[in-house]
Amino acid sequence: MADTHSVIGTQNKKGQTFTDTWKMMHEAPRTPSFFTGSEVIKEALRRASCDVMIAYPITPQSEAAALIGELFAEGYIGDYFRGESEFAVMSQCAGAAFGGARVFTTTAGPGTMRAMENFPMWAGARLPIQMIVTCRGINSPLSIQPDTLEIAYLLNTGMLVWHAETAQDFFDWILKGYMVSEEPDVHLPLALCCDGFFVTHTKDVVNLTPADMCLPPYDPYRSPVPCMDMECPPVRMMRDPFVMKSNYISYATHASWQQEIWAAIERSRKHSIHWLNGLIDTEDIDQEIMIVASGTAVSQGREAIRLLEDEGVRCGLIKIKTLRPWPEEEIREATKNAKHIFVPEFNVTGWLAKEIRATIPNPHRVHAGPHVCGGMTMPPEIIVSEIKTTLGMKSFSLAGRGS
Amino acid sequence: MSQYRVLPGPEHFLPPAAASMGIFLPNPGEAHINGVIVSEEKAYEEAARQFLMAKVPTIFPGPLVLWAWNEKAAKKATAIRHLYNTLKECVQPGQMAMLIPMPDYRPKYPKINPEVEINPNHPNLTIWHNKIDCCMFVGVHCHQANLSLKIIRGGTSCYTIAMCAQAGHEDAMLSFRDASVEKIMKLADTVKRLKGTVQPRQTSAKSGSSN
Repeated sequence: MADTHSVIGTQNKKGQTFTDTWKMMHEAPRTPSFFTGSEVIKEALRRASCDVMIAYPITPQSEAAALIGELFAEGYIGDYFRGESEFAVMSQCAGAAFGGARVFTTTAGPGTMRAMENFPMWAGARLPIQMIVTCRGINSPLSIQPDTLEIAYLLNTGMLVWHAETAQDFFDWILKGYMVSEEPDVHLPLALCCDGFFVTHTKDVVNLTPADMCLPPYDPYRSPVPCMDMECPPVRMMRDPFVMKSNYISYATHASWQQEIWAAIERSRKHSIHWLNGLIDTEDIDQEIMIVASGTAVSQGREAIRLLEDEGVRCGLIKIKTLRPWPEEEIREATKNAKHIFVPEFNVTGWLAKEIRATIPNPHRVHAGPHVCGGMTMPPEIIVSEIKTTLGMKSFSLAGRGS
Repeated sequence: MSQYRVLPGPEHFLPPAAASMGIFLPNPGEAHINGVIVSEEKAYEEAARQFLMAKVPTIFPGPLVLWAWNEKAAKKATAIRHLYNTLKECVQPGQMAMLIPMPDYRPKYPKINPEVEINPNHPNLTIWHNKIDCCMFVGVHCHQANLSLKIIRGGTSCYTIAMCAQAGHEDAMLSFRDASVEKIMKLADTVKRLKGTVQPRQTSAKSGSSN
């Protein structure tokens, strides 16, 4: 039986030292390295004491999945294979997690959609699987380009959903993510999302922890449900589900079960704040104009703020790190002085703006935009233009806005 | 701080999860009573008081302590038996301490035998049948314990205590965390110390169905 604390200081078969995660992430020396986001995923996983990685190729996550194959060949991953489809992959991930393994997978766009049935199942079964989602377009006509619409579908699955801005976020959050999702009072899957290509295929300087340190192994005996007991729920429910019984208490049990999943997301709040240093980052929140964003839209917002400063317009910035748990109180507090709240997004529906509108008082302050989608880039100038137009300032027209 | 309090029911047709009402779990060294964080010392006193006040104080041991799957589990089981024996010694005439196992979590149809077991999918049946007005969960997997605790709060007036080996349960009215043999023994000692100082309740548990 694994005991997380007793292995600290000992070595795995690759000679890596199982290290207290807080010390590894906050006290160990960091080495600046120039990597793509996909390479960073590989480097994080090298240090993650991962038992099983399963994936199916789909752009833009294929490169990360292939690189992790190299890790398997080097002996850093317990098992690694390609599933028959994304649906099969996510089902196989469930099987491995039911058996008590630390599991990792990667997917994107239509792959996320194809596998969707599995995600509420993972959450309901309390499986702390980590899934990297390198977001891309999901609709016909086909697009492999960045688009964050698929995140909207993940928000109500019962999974934890985090949205990384940079490759550095990715490196840190993959490792910290296991610490949050494997807490016995949380024990939920984590969808760690990024904007495909913008993060996965661009190089950036990322500060890596030492390669000879790794996370303590997963201890399945701390799970809030028995691991792989075919006679007990949740596995037993596959053949003897509550839904097959028509009585009040069966329904009440299922209702109570669902509530418990969302209660677990609430409990993740404390752990996420501890590991991520808050659910949001803020800059200059005394300003009357705020930009609120997640993912790479944060970077574009930051650049727009710099451009606006040149014109004498001061803006604050809120970077949302976790979408589930949703930082409701933090956003309310950080926007209390704002008269105008701009929400730039890489998707057509503006799901983030809708969430923010549902969170804060006086939601008319929220300007849902600018939006781009289908793989378009978001030049900071269009954020500047959106803000200046709203403020009644003269703004030049940008190609593609139809004005 | 949340205004919500985790109190004996019957609370609602479908009571909310306490975590969704802003109730937080205690940190190491703490416990909670009704959703308010307290010191462990205070929780021992209150748990013992609730046991001694109850007409039918009951311990529900779960699979994690019913089976000797490791040495620690076997020692905990012995400590739980000691707590039960202490309760039996300390209650007054008219009170009846019980020990009813939760051996597994299988949905059991058409019905369980509430005299011999409790099941997380319909725990209220065992509570109602035995008129249990104070119970303690120990050795039950956390997810299943929360499921039960919420159903009990929804449909019965039973006071619930959780002796949890992990992070605790905000859906219980009183919860310890990081349960160990020492903590179970300390609760037994507290029960013994308070013997004769607590007046038993005059009425037994009310059920949602009879209200």
